[in-house]
Amino acid sequence: MRRFIPLLLVLATAPFILPTWGIAQLGFVATYIVAGTGLMLLAGYAGQLSLCHAAFIGVGAYTEAILNTQGWPFVLSMPAAGLFAAGVGLLAAWPARRLSGIAFAIATLSFGFIVQEVLTRWEALTGGNAGLSIPALDPATLFWLAGSLALTALWLLGRVLDSSSGRAWVALREDSTAAAVLGASSPAMKVQALLLAAALGGIAGALYAHQLRFVSPEQFDWVMSIELLMMLVIGGLGTRTGIVLGALFLIALPQAIGLLRDAWPAALPPAGLELFAFGLVLVLSLRFAPAGLAGWLRSL
Amino acid sequence: MDAFLPLAIAGIALGCVYALVALGFALIYQATTVVNFAHGELMMLGGFVGLALVSSGWPWWLALAGAALACALFGLLAERVILRPLTGQVHIPIVMTTLGLGFMLKGGITMLPGAGAETHAMPTPFAGQVATVAGVPVAADHLLVIAVTALVGGLLFAFFSFATPGKTLRATAQNPLGARLVGIAPGRMHGLAWALGAGLAALAGVLLAPITFVHAQMGLIGIKALPAAVIGGFGSIGGAVAGGLLLGLVESFAGFYAPDGIKDVAAWLLVLAVLLWRPAGLFGQQQENT
Repeated sequence: MRRFIPLLLVLATAPFILPTWGIAQLGFVATYIVAGTGLMLLAGYAGQLSLCHAAFIGVGAYTEAILNTQGWPFVLSMPAAGLFAAGVGLLAAWPARRLSGIAFAIATLSFGFIVQEVLTRWEALTGGNAGLSIPALDPATLFWLAGSLALTALWLLGRVLDSSSGRAWVALREDSTAAAVLGASSPAMKVQALLLAAALGGIAGALYAHQLRFVSPEQFDWVMSIELLMMLVIGGLGTRTGIVLGALFLIALPQAIGLLRDAWPAALPPAGLELFAFGLVLVLSLRFAPAGLAGWLRSL
Repeated sequence: MDAFLPLAIAGIALGCVYALVALGFALIYQATTVVNFAHGELMMLGGFVGLALVSSGWPWWLALAGAALACALFGLLAERVILRPLTGQVHIPIVMTTLGLGFMLKGGITMLPGAGAETHAMPTPFAGQVATVAGVPVAADHLLVIAVTALVGGLLFAFFSFATPGKTLRATAQNPLGARLVGIAPGRMHGLAWALGAGLAALAGVLLAPITFVHAQMGLIGIKALPAAVIGGFGSIGGAVAGGLLLGLVESFAGFYAPDGIKDVAAWLLVLAVLLWRPAGLFGQQQENT
């Protein structure tokens, strides 16, 4: 609990200290924490490489955009976004629950591509490639909302991990046969983990929709799923600190690359720079800090 | 029915490209148990190397071989420098490393001055020519792809059946510990698998050029070969070829007969269906536990 105190302080004071731009960036960090908490449960603790997290975020974002435009207040539309994304998660779990390792990764990857195609093609509902706009929220309110959801998600993850389900997930990661022998049926555990991950992804998507005020299908592609995984791996797989550090890192990296771009030689097109830097950082961090920032901090 | 044969041949040609990429996936997975998510980008790299060689005046055939050789060297290097140090880690960081490698390749190629951000056509020996097969006109480029794939497939089969390095690679895939006991160095085998896989990906990249042109987003087509490898049962060589051909045919027919949009997700729908029905792929060995 003590580790939450600095985060609570940031949450309470940031809107009074920081400029609007800073609040917005911190809000994105909070949103990525919510999404990352769900994915951490699935990938970091249950050990399942899920490559469709962006699809859940996308479903949540679209649900929020559609319901909000129809006049639902966000206290109702956000839970709806989470629930609906969980429903989609159930759909993803249908093939994925019996799979493990790389087959699980491919099944979720495929599912993500299909969801993205549905978002693109169901024009009557989603506006297709043109996307949807969504009404603005007051920046401070949005930040407090995102921040408190992020803290709640982190706290909830801690509670869940302390429960028998949490131990069963870790057992599934360490040795699925042994887990099954001890009565933790791995398909059931995978379905539960996917449902929770999808629900958190959906809520993060609802926040994301308000923050961007515009949603379109290509935002929620597989690169986003990989960025989220990258955030967890760089932060430190299987730790809660890693989610926070990873989210800070993921938001800070493009800013750092933006600074680099100002000093970039004009002869080289800057288009691929961000992607290249992402890849390089990922490769180097896995090589030299395989336990992530959280593990590196602990070793200091 | 008029459309059937041309669609089938176009599908087989595309399927051959998928098969070459899927073969590389399967090879690397068999030997190292790593799924190489950078494989699509290796294919893209091959396309660009081939393009560079052709534009500097190399004949197409030599450029094809040159691209394969250059990418094989790159694969060897990537395995040694980037992946070998991670040996023994759990699979998520290793998979993420291959994804990072893919990002670096795609970003790096996009940054090439005056070439990376554009789409290029590559001149081929039979560009624009039409052959007649069973009374139906067929693009000669498609026949070329099929012929090269058949040739490469035959060579690979001979390599794995008769050549010592091929047999040692198979031994490593079947039983890494046993292979080590009889004196096969696992690191060398991993390097060999990566070199072969990357070379095959480069062939696919050059062969794909007349079908889709050469551009930095080509890797996404390579990612679609992942379903082909899974459908074929990850790790079986014949399965990868069959999976690739099936995928090419399904996409080709879906583009003509199915509603808009189905073609783009046909590969993903197919792989989900296969995983639901037979989780170890159509040709893979089914395991008892789930």
